[in-house]
Amino acid sequence: MKQKLHLDRAHLLAQLKQMLRIRRFEEKCAELYAQEKIRGFLHLYIGEEAIAVGVMSTLSAKDNIVATYREHGHALARGLSMKSILAEMYGRTNGCSRGRGGSMHLFDKSNHFYGGNAIVGGGLPLAAGLAMANKRNEKQALTVCFFGEGAVAEGEFHEAMNLAVLWQLPVLFICENNRYAMGTALALSESEINIAKKANSYGMAAEQVDGMNVVDVEAASSKAVEQIRQTNKPYFLECQSYRFRGHSSFDGQLYRDKAEVKLWQEKGPVIRLISWLKENNRLEDEELSNIEAEIKDEIQAAIVFAEQGEWEPIADLAKDVYSPAYTTQGEQS
Amino acid sequence: MSEQVLTYREALRSGIEQALIDDERVFLMGEDVGRYGGCYGVSKGLFERYGEQKIIDTPLCESGFVGVGVGAALGGMRPIIEVMTVNFSLLAMDQIVNSAATLRHMSGGQVNVPLVIRMACGAGLQLAAQHSHSWENFYAHIPGLKVLSPATHNDARHMLIQALADPDPVIIFEHVMLLNTNGEVSDKSEASMKKALVRQQGTDVSLITYGGSLTKALAAAKQLQTLNISAEVVDLRCLRPLDTKAIVASVTKTHRAIIIDEAWLTGSLAGEISAIIMEQAFWHLDAPVKRICTAEVPIPYPSHLEQAALPQVEQIVIAAQDIMAAC
Repeated sequence: MKQKLHLDRAHLLAQLKQMLRIRRFEEKCAELYAQEKIRGFLHLYIGEEAIAVGVMSTLSAKDNIVATYREHGHALARGLSMKSILAEMYGRTNGCSRGRGGSMHLFDKSNHFYGGNAIVGGGLPLAAGLAMANKRNEKQALTVCFFGEGAVAEGEFHEAMNLAVLWQLPVLFICENNRYAMGTALALSESEINIAKKANSYGMAAEQVDGMNVVDVEAASSKAVEQIRQTNKPYFLECQSYRFRGHSSFDGQLYRDKAEVKLWQEKGPVIRLISWLKENNRLEDEELSNIEAEIKDEIQAAIVFAEQGEWEPIADLAKDVYSPAYTTQGEQS
Repeated sequence: MSEQVLTYREALRSGIEQALIDDERVFLMGEDVGRYGGCYGVSKGLFERYGEQKIIDTPLCESGFVGVGVGAALGGMRPIIEVMTVNFSLLAMDQIVNSAATLRHMSGGQVNVPLVIRMACGAGLQLAAQHSHSWENFYAHIPGLKVLSPATHNDARHMLIQALADPDPVIIFEHVMLLNTNGEVSDKSEASMKKALVRQQGTDVSLITYGGSLTKALAAAKQLQTLNISAEVVDLRCLRPLDTKAIVASVTKTHRAIIIDEAWLTGSLAGEISAIIMEQAFWHLDAPVKRICTAEVPIPYPSHLEQAALPQVEQIVIAAQDIMAAC
């Protein structure tokens, strides 16, 4: 087992930078949304950065990713350029989905990033199918499926759990338990709130992880990935986390106390790692400000790129509803 | 061209078998398709011949296994998914409509879903209100999908191969009343899956239909001949995209159209086709278009009520006489 983590300083700084990239990017997205540069729904990942960053750092380039509509952080951590992500949110053709998908549907085949699925629970069977294809083609790649705890109430969750174990499919299920499905608390929607236990009841290796601690997430994910590669069986991680912002841009947050949010913010993944590094004399203020400056530049460049993006010509409205013309037996035109 | 007589069921099975032999990436997956031999016996014997890697029995989870099919197609496989009946497909509609049909467009053309979903449809077996419906129009409404309705044995044999060659999701409807019937099968398809075919030439009225109603339209045409009415029978074959040219060409020739569609009238494909005729062949019409559809009731169990709900040959004959009398 390759349990040894790269807990050296350089790696921790890299993880910090990834989380900060997501944090600052999301903050900027909220601003751009207010300026009406970004439209539609906007779901921010602020507070949950440790999960995407921790998990992605344990994957190989050939592994598949299936994510949800709260996927900007996953896309960034996976290696999609910030430019292509922001341009997508601007709806421009230089976006990662040519502007067709928007915030909720980021795709990048070259990074094996299969979306941005905005149907809660919809990505789980899809991930099992991608894993099935890999297994049948004897590819060593695994498929990682991110979803929120709200998906656990859906039938597709249970169907996918069963199929993944029954058919021994190499899927890493990452449940991002941020405690609220829109405004409904987990305890108000589930008879059993230990989600790992549910997965375990299907015969799947499953555990709970502190999703606010990037080191813990990476360690758990690393172990899971190793085990999946060895056994070809699915694995389940319930990452306990918290969403600092509202569900989407249209959320008055009437369902939770500000005090509760504050409590979680204090143990947030970014502040926690910074504090730990500083307490252990592994992070200078100057280093942090350098990281922040680099991210600021990257965001600025992304804005310029998105602003310069072109709109898809209306003549191409129906392009890619179907594949380009092909010929089959008997095809006459 | 060599011809042989097969049941519709055997023709379907022969198509699946060819697909399995021709392409390593193909597999058949669905409820009881393997050891049981398929709910309607279509895949009988295939499990024994091709094994559990190619013929995959699934649990009863339509959304789950259709979604797995979508994912496997994204991953480079060529799955054939059998959903027992169109009624059960509603449990998988999320994956069909929200995933399979959207992924290509939503990803800006980066990914495609080469998936074929087969399902039984239609009434006549006294299977009552949860196993007997013609909901081809539900799926024919969805951009991103193609919808096929093989009404002949030759199409039952060859359309699957054409569908598998398509890079996008294709849904094939197999009418349950055809399964036991015999018909001729040749060694190739008569046309692209997207073309409608005139199954009988005529000059007085176009009987436009698909799937299980083709037999009825042909029987009506035969009776009409004895009444000196020359009916042309158009088999749509592909319900999305519709072969608009073929519809317009036939109506332009006969100047009268009757659409026979086993779906319920309201919101039916018959309504869509009628609108196409109105838009594109209005000045060629000598009489208003007529529609013969299923009565707007959940399909009842007793045979006399079930038959009373469905389009019948007699209705078509009367409608044709009416339409001829109109002008």
